[in-house]
Amino acid sequence: MAQAHTDHDGSHGSYSAYLIGFVLAVILTVASFAAVMAHVLPPSMTIAVLTFLAIVQIVVHLVFFLHLNTSREQSWNLMCFIFAAATVIVIIGGTLFIMHDTAINMMSR
Amino acid sequence: MAHEATMSPLAHADDHGGEHHHETPNVFGFWLYLMTDCVLFGSIFAVFAVLRNQYAGGPSGKELFDLTNVGIETAILLFSSITYGFASLNALAKNKTMVLVWLAVTFVLGASFVGLEVNEFSSMIAEGNGPDRSAFLSAFFTLVGTHGLHVTCGLIWMAVLMVQMMGPQDLSERMMNKLSCLSLFWHFLDIVWICVFSFVYLAGVM
Repeated sequence: MAQAHTDHDGSHGSYSAYLIGFVLAVILTVASFAAVMAHVLPPSMTIAVLTFLAIVQIVVHLVFFLHLNTSREQSWNLMCFIFAAATVIVIIGGTLFIMHDTAINMMSR
Repeated sequence: MAHEATMSPLAHADDHGGEHHHETPNVFGFWLYLMTDCVLFGSIFAVFAVLRNQYAGGPSGKELFDLTNVGIETAILLFSSITYGFASLNALAKNKTMVLVWLAVTFVLGASFVGLEVNEFSSMIAEGNGPDRSAFLSAFFTLVGTHGLHVTCGLIWMAVLMVQMMGPQDLSERMMNKLSCLSLFWHFLDIVWICVFSFVYLAGVM
């Protein structure tokens, strides 16, 4: 299996890169489950911790599994991703904002 | 080789013999599709976020979700990501037999994930907590079901590629592109699952 190392460098995937990504992902996943199952933090803090861990884990997956990086050749891939991520943030944030406002004004909650 | 445009290690596979190729438009086009899929999931997450407390007198996530099951599903999907990675590395090394072996392992893991999810859904529906019970459950089944449907499509795609790869022929450049696209798809679904287990299940049981 070692011959895979000779064909390319680490930035485009190697056993060590996949294993590093995997170990990081496992640590972050276990941390998320532990944060909820331990019941030591107040709910709002736990949500913040979950969000933080999820974002870090998404970045880990993007870098180690999808091999996204900031090289010039990948600028289009990265730009499309940033645009999509921004769109998703606007959709989710905007929806929550407008529906929360509606709920308050309609006194439906 | 690091200066080539590529999303995936597989795009390098045609580098042998000193030829200099660039990432094919196929793989970049598929990346664009994934970004639109990202927006689709974003919309469904937005719906779930709005409806997450609308129980209509029905059960909440705290009563419904079994974190052990979710933990097993998460582990399975994470393992399947790295086994697909091993398939990619073997494709780069032109080791077709090992590609098929790792794809088979990935397929089994993916199929067990779908099996666990179908099992969870059917037991919820059997207890009367189907998507028609409350707005919360409608949003839950839509979101998690859409992800499960994507995984199922990925499994069908994987099976088709494995059949196409069987036989004496070498891995063609076209096949490498297909493997690159499926690699992106599979790892992307794992990223979506991170959001599902964090914001649907873990946040739901608090």
